Amino acid sequence: MVDEPRAMSEPAAGSAARYTGTAIALHWLLAAAIFANLGLGVYMHELPISPLQLKLFSWHKSAGITILALSALRLLWRLAHAPPPDLPMPAWQRRAAHAVHRALYVLFFAVPLAGWGYSSAAGFPVVLFGVLALPDWVPAGEDLAETFKAWHKALALALGALVLLHIAAALKHQYVDRDGLLHRIWPMRR
Amino acid sequence: MKPPCRRWRLAVLCIALSPAAPAQSVDPSHSELVFVTRMMGVPVQGRFTRWDATLQFDPRHAQAGRVALRIDIASASFVASEVSAEARRAVWFDAAQFPQAAFASAAIKPLGGGRFEMSGRLTLKGRERDLVIPVNLAQTGSTGRASGSFTLQRLDFGIGTGEWADASLVEHEVQVRFQIALTGLGAP
Repeated sequence: MVDEPRAMSEPAAGSAARYTGTAIALHWLLAAAIFANLGLGVYMHELPISPLQLKLFSWHKSAGITILALSALRLLWRLAHAPPPDLPMPAWQRRAAHAVHRALYVLFFAVPLAGWGYSSAAGFPVVLFGVLALPDWVPAGEDLAETFKAWHKALALALGALVLLHIAAALKHQYVDRDGLLHRIWPMRR
Repeated sequence: MKPPCRRWRLAVLCIALSPAAPAQSVDPSHSELVFVTRMMGVPVQGRFTRWDATLQFDPRHAQAGRVALRIDIASASFVASEVSAEARRAVWFDAAQFPQAAFASAAIKPLGGGRFEMSGRLTLKGRERDLVIPVNLAQTGSTGRASGSFTLQRLDFGIGTGEWADASLVEHEVQVRFQIALTGLGAP
């Protein structure tokens, strides 16, 4: 028996096998925020000191800390609410998907933490939206700042690369394998 | 060769003109001169690493005291060397044109309990302003630590003009803090 390709409007056999509404909302909210902040970081990081550069760095940091906080909520939600069962797929793809998701979660925390450390070490305490001062958890020092900067940059690039892989794999499942994978995370029931 | 009597008169003259108390000395390695402002809500601190102070101060005759400070403006240092370089630019300290800042006291008023009010003139980036600086002197024997803080308005000295003049970018008010280690103090 050949499985018919499933349109997104048809629920998966056995149940509406989707992530919870909260998980879906957090996924897309954080996807947009991470995409925007990665782009902002790439654009701004080589700018010379100027009022614009100061503003961009300030917004980038506040956005990054917001992403960190929302990622914590997202992780707690995920630990409390199991994702839907895996769609049928070769074992290596299933293992790869889980590995990428785990790596993404690690980076959701590692990237902003490295950025926070970089800012503190460079003598710029992080003040969320200019009003809520966050503690410095590393000492100030230029060498340490350079180290955190390098980590923040490398981890952010890794996050960007994994996001692209994640998107490519999702599209492969949806349009090549035609297994209806996107239905699990799509925000709209069509 | 000078006759012995002329040398003797010169010696007497020198002793007569010398101040009642010998000059005190400052230990820069145990002193600090820092300033803090806020950039979009973030406190940013810089310090001057090269400065010297000359003072003549007798705790029992504070009013007769004299304090003079000279600051090497190019020594303004932040954690990030990129920021230090920026601070030397013309729009900020303009270290090339105004390499030194100076403070000269005019009057020192004792308030009791080791507290003093020192008024004087600050010259910074070519502009002069009169200041009143509260100073706390903690003294043990002949060594002491003079500390205090005061605020300046950076635009009074044309520091951070043009595109940087906006207070929401860099606050106008700058807090200056100092701790100066002294030796050679007389008894309080």
